[in-house]
Amino acid sequence: MEYYLQLLINGLVVGGIYSLVALGFVIIYKATQVVNFAQGELVMVGAYVCFSLTVQFNIPFVWAFLLTLGFSVLLGLLVERLALRPLIGESIISVIMVTIGLSSILRSLVQVFWGTQIKVYPQVLPVEPVVIAGLPVAPVYLAAFVLSALLFGIFSLFFKYSRLGIAMRATAFDQQAAQSMGIGIRNIFAMSWCIACVVSAVGGVILGNINGINSQLGYLGLKVFPAVILGGLDSLLGAALGGLIIGVLENLCDGLAKEFLGLSGVREVAAFVVLVVILMIKPYGLFGTEEIERV
Amino acid sequence: MTHVLKLENLEVVYNDVVLVLKGLSLAAAEGRITALLGANGAGKSTTLKAISGLLESEDGEVTAGSVLYRGRPVQGLPPERVVRMGVFQVMEGRRIFEDLSVEENLRCGAFVSPRAEYAANLDKVYGYFPRLKERRGQLAGYMSGGEQQMLAIGRAIMAKPKLLLLDEPSLGLAPLLVEEIFEIVQMINQKEGVTVLLVEQNARAALNVAEHGYIMENGRIVMEGPARDLLQNPDIQEFYLGMGHAGAKKSYREVKHYRRRKRWLG
Ligand SMILES: Nc1ncnc2c1ncn2[C@@H]1O[C@H](COP(=O)(O)OP(=O)(O)OP(=O)(O)O)[C@@H](O)[C@H]1O
Ligand SMILES: [Mg+2]
Repeated sequence: MEYYLQLLINGLVVGGIYSLVALGFVIIYKATQVVNFAQGELVMVGAYVCFSLTVQFNIPFVWAFLLTLGFSVLLGLLVERLALRPLIGESIISVIMVTIGLSSILRSLVQVFWGTQIKVYPQVLPVEPVVIAGLPVAPVYLAAFVLSALLFGIFSLFFKYSRLGIAMRATAFDQQAAQSMGIGIRNIFAMSWCIACVVSAVGGVILGNINGINSQLGYLGLKVFPAVILGGLDSLLGAALGGLIIGVLENLCDGLAKEFLGLSGVREVAAFVVLVVILMIKPYGLFGTEEIERV
Repeated sequence: MTHVLKLENLEVVYNDVVLVLKGLSLAAAEGRITALLGANGAGKSTTLKAISGLLESEDGEVTAGSVLYRGRPVQGLPPERVVRMGVFQVMEGRRIFEDLSVEENLRCGAFVSPRAEYAANLDKVYGYFPRLKERRGQLAGYMSGGEQQMLAIGRAIMAKPKLLLLDEPSLGLAPLLVEEIFEIVQMINQKEGVTVLLVEQNARAALNVAEHGYIMENGRIVMEGPARDLLQNPDIQEFYLGMGHAGAKKSYREVKHYRRRKRWLG
């Protein structure tokens, strides 16, 4: 029993990270209709930058983390400005190709600067597990989950109550109408890339603290597709739940397959199997908007 | 009388090839309602978008002439700049943000206006349109066409514009609602002193509230004058008000035939 609970907790933590990355993906998709294939690479870049700052520049972790967030904002602005703004109005396929190009560029840059070896973050939180409901949980897991939940809370409030958040939703619905209200959609696009880079970097730093990082980290982005498609491409709540569900399912399936069938590696495919099944039942995802139809 | 807005020999081209406005000139007098009438495809919406800067996102471009707002050329400015200068376009077809609530839509309208004025402006909108207040928390997509038009105008009021560009506010509304909407437009004009440029298919309703009117055809102004005179003009009665010279309704075919002939001449 404890084995399965442990799997569940691992799943929730990893799922929380998927949720964060999915959040970044959904924000970009909602605001700009761009499917960002470089989302996983943004995670990787954030993780490496924070690693560099702490280990190579000896900056205390908290400051390194904050600097990483600042760096992510700049990265978001830069990417939007250089790669995507020139493409406003171009066909969806060219935009997708650009994000794929961006993903290989970011991945190669990381390999150039940091090599392909696995890097280990310094121990930030104590190793001694805390006991929750009778189960020992590593503090870093707990922190990871709390941090993801907190970010989700902040962004939900932002999109519900702030002027800018509401303007971002309006832009997602109808760009030209948003422009007619005086909403500068270029700023909105830039803003959504910044947010996406920041949440991805947070995900990357959390992962780094749990597992260490290597140049394969960018492939995490692939896991985000099942999560967002499951949740519905344009729903924040969907991204949160989609990420958690994928995280939990892949850990449980992996655990079960190991225990009963002696198979390993199920983790990698479980998410996609689940995805296919769910899409057969609910083609818009669990929370995706179908068009509003008035009768 | 000062003119808040002046268009001089305006030419607009879409996609680098389609010439839609062909040297259009008009002016809107401060604090008045000016009507811009014309058949489908005449270029009325294009004219408004050339003023508000919304052409940009449709691959349209002002290639000649100028748009002067308070004497300053504004053609080619991005729409957010133009809105901040006090020019607000209510687009054709309402363009409500359907998956936002009514009040969130109104907040979008207030995007450029100072936060301190938000509450007062909101009260004002709810004063004009009590029905919006009743439905403030509802998703805007589920509102009726008339309510959506009220919301579209409400968003404009939230921005406190000095020049309001209204594109076919009567589109698809029942006669009673058309009357209500036009009354409100008149009220906004009088109480808030907002200058209005009103594009309409419903020529009678528009000329009844407007001071001055322009008739456009094929990208040019073909006639203009005080609204009262235009209402009396036999040609206009025939084409736009659906009356024959004797005041009797003419059949669509006859009118269409005449119009075709006139197009050839023009
Ligand atoms: N984005 C666009 N690209 C190319 N051509 C356009 C575009 N928008 C409008 N046009 C063309 O410009 C002409 C004028 O269009 P516009 O929408 O200004 O007419 P309108 O007078 O508002 O008509 P309606 O009364 O039907 O709204 C039409 O022939 C239309 O096909
Ligand atoms: Mg039109």
